[in-house]
Amino acid sequence: MPINETLSTYSDWLYTTAAAIYVVALMMTLIEQGFGAKGRLATERAKLRARELVGAGGPPTEEVQAEQRTSGRPERIGKMGASLLVLGALLQLSAIVLRGLAVHRAPWGNMYEYGMAVTFITVVTWILVMWKFPVRHLTGFLLLPVVILMFINGTLLYTIAAPVQPALQSYWLVIHVSAAIIGSGVFLVPGVASVLYLFRAAYEKDETKYARFASKLPAADVLDRIAYRTTIFAFPVFTFGVLCGAVWAESAWGRFWGWDPKETVAFIAWVVYAAYLHSRATAGWRGARAAAINIVGFAAIIFNLFFVNLVTAGLHSYAGVG
Amino acid sequence: MTTTEAPPKTPQGPTPAKRTFAFIRNTWRGLTSMRTALVLLFLLALAALPGALLPQRKLNAPKVDEYISAHGWWGTLLDKLEFYDVYSSIWFSAIYLLLMISLVGCLTPRSFEYVKAMRAKPVLTPRNLARMPHYRLGRGKSDVAAEIAAVHKHLSGWRRIEREEADGVRTISAERGFLRETGNLVFHFSMLGLIVFFALGKMFGYEGQVIVQADGDSFCNSGIYNYDSFNAGLRVDGTDLDPFCVKVNDFTVRYTPAGEPEYYHANIQYQSGEDLETNTWRPYGLEVNSPLRTAGDRVYLLGQGYSPQFTVTFPDGTQRTQNTQWRTVDPTTMLAEGATKFDQPGVTDEVQRRTRQLAITGLFAPTAFLHGNVLTSSAPELNNPSVAVDIMRGDLGLDAGRGQSVFEIDQSLVDDGRLKKVARENLKVGQEIKLDDGTKVRFDGVNHWVSLQVSHDPTQGFVLGFAIAMFLGLGASLLVKRRRLWVRVKPGTEDEPGTVIEVAGLARTDQAGYGEEFHRISERLISGQKG
Ligand code: HEM
Repeated sequence: MPINETLSTYSDWLYTTAAAIYVVALMMTLIEQGFGAKGRLATERAKLRARELVGAGGPPTEEVQAEQRTSGRPERIGKMGASLLVLGALLQLSAIVLRGLAVHRAPWGNMYEYGMAVTFITVVTWILVMWKFPVRHLTGFLLLPVVILMFINGTLLYTIAAPVQPALQSYWLVIHVSAAIIGSGVFLVPGVASVLYLFRAAYEKDETKYARFASKLPAADVLDRIAYRTTIFAFPVFTFGVLCGAVWAESAWGRFWGWDPKETVAFIAWVVYAAYLHSRATAGWRGARAAAINIVGFAAIIFNLFFVNLVTAGLHSYAGVG
Repeated sequence: MTTTEAPPKTPQGPTPAKRTFAFIRNTWRGLTSMRTALVLLFLLALAALPGALLPQRKLNAPKVDEYISAHGWWGTLLDKLEFYDVYSSIWFSAIYLLLMISLVGCLTPRSFEYVKAMRAKPVLTPRNLARMPHYRLGRGKSDVAAEIAAVHKHLSGWRRIEREEADGVRTISAERGFLRETGNLVFHFSMLGLIVFFALGKMFGYEGQVIVQADGDSFCNSGIYNYDSFNAGLRVDGTDLDPFCVKVNDFTVRYTPAGEPEYYHANIQYQSGEDLETNTWRPYGLEVNSPLRTAGDRVYLLGQGYSPQFTVTFPDGTQRTQNTQWRTVDPTTMLAEGATKFDQPGVTDEVQRRTRQLAITGLFAPTAFLHGNVLTSSAPELNNPSVAVDIMRGDLGLDAGRGQSVFEIDQSLVDDGRLKKVARENLKVGQEIKLDDGTKVRFDGVNHWVSLQVSHDPTQGFVLGFAIAMFLGLGASLLVKRRRLWVRVKPGTEDEPGTVIEVAGLARTDQAGYGEEFHRISERLISGQKG
């Protein structure tokens, strides 16, 4: 079936618009992070109260905090930013769907489409995290890598809509790649949370360190919890993706595992995340070391996406980037 | 899990035997500690990395040679250190063996503990519940027995035990989430199984590649010499391959307008088992994502290319036709290069023969595009097949006993002057060249060749089974939370009849997430409503 150029053009427009909206949301939430002092203090107070309540069997900390963060102009701007984020995500979803309709297949057959879907998953994950934890003012920190990725993706890696080569014409494309997309997309959130954790934990140890920046971050244990919860969601999904990749490789490439560069780096990332989970059960490795391991894991995921696709030549090199 | 850090100090002057024992014990403890496992996990990740960055012999041997010669002593040193065979190197194997030992050392005591824990009753209700991380105090309206019955009903999914304390106080201690530990053990044991069977598969498996003309040519898995290249596991000597034969009848490829391949299909026939005796052929449509599975082996369609066909008419009127695969030099336009070699029939004199051998070398273009006289191809399809060939005559070196590439002539023979160029021409299908001695060379047309891979891995089914078990175990061990819940119900006093209910909770694993559940449960238990 021929490619539907019109739909593919609309998809491109939606993608660009979504990215632009994310930039605005980024700035708005940075304003909240930078100037939302009142709300922050309210949060601190709420947390103290919540601690007392929890001691007496009260409701969990998060809910109380969420209710408190409403006052002040920076908070209102932050809220608008969050609404824009949701709007941007809807536009990006439409971009993905239109691309799929334009090419008559699952819209993740080359690197541009893959990057589009990964960043979408990251944004959705973050929206869910914001819903559970009082971290709206951190949205900017998350959007920064998302916007950078979307920019690189939309310029350097852009590929015109096209059908995929025979090796990719399989239902495994849908299963394996969507698992990889969800896993990688979600992993960005604990990656960012762990970076913030390192600043905050240093600050909590010594209040003169990163005082201006880290004093505005949520408590280290909140960041740690966000990182842990998102990681234990993403890890099994990623594992599933790797296993499906092996099953697919058995029918497409003649062996289920052959240490192709992409397979190797997926293995490395998997082992690093396993180490993260173990480190949380090991005395002396919790906290900062665990956070550092999580960041290394995410670095492996990004390395796999860019370096292995663009620099090395393996069987996975159908990124479609000329 | 042993997390004991400092080994017990040995007392003054132990006997050597004791010291040896202590050393072994400490080494074992160290090796099976969580910390060591972590370090080993990191080492494993680190050790796997060069395999992604450096060319690997298993995947691309010529590239390794290129890399070594481009990097001088450094390249050679890396070779000595097995950096081009990372996954079969001593150091990589050492790390994963240590990790496996560590894993076994870790899992054995855990399995015993697991069995014990499954039998054990939930622990006693602590005296002071208010000190637990989750705590809630409330009042009930009915009496102790009724409240306790209600608690039992609410906690039906929990493993629980009821105990009686002084003054009519009754408690229930409940526990949930044993599946986590089950999943954890399943995960780790399956990982062990997966690694073992993966290694066995490497030892007893093989992989061979062969090029077959897609015009009814056939291939039989009867010995390793039938292959163009063959990679065998340590325990495979190639003497008892599973016998089967494959015949490739045709090959179809379709391209998109942009010249990207979109569809590959080879109609093949195969015979294995009894069919070999009765000479029965069964049809199969071989495609990229659907290998032929027969006789315990798998046959894959890996690649394709063109074989230009030439007919040579020698001066004495004898004719020879050959159909040799040429190798693709540009996969997007399918421009190919190669050498089709002829020996004049009926020449018995050795010396004579070696002056008359012919090689047709050069380029083949499926859609010819001439730039001046230089042939290139502008599309991968057979729109206008042409060749640009040099005809070489003389000694091809075929009798020298040295293996030759089917795609090339031996350049040293050209340099020696034993092989001379006698013509150079561009030909379309049906055109021919007449050489000075009256020999005619005609370009007849073109066929497809396909490259097939035969893979044999007797353990991959087991590996898959373990992988699935591992995944399920992982799910359970990450998603299930181990948690405890205690309820103490005291009779009320005269002024405040009814009961006093205390609920407390403790997450045995990660604290994360129990708060909400505890809140919900304690709410239900204390208000006694809502199901
Ligand atoms: C490639 C190797 C390994 C991988 C991928 C792996 C993976 C995992 C995963 C995903 C978990 C669940 C973590 C959690 O409960 O939050 C886990 C738990 C665990 N693993 Fe491993 N593991 C590996 C090797 C080992 C080794 C060698 C040991 C022992 C020395 C070990 C001991 C444990 C223990 C004790 C737990 C439970 C931690 C807890 O209490 O939550 N693992 N492992």
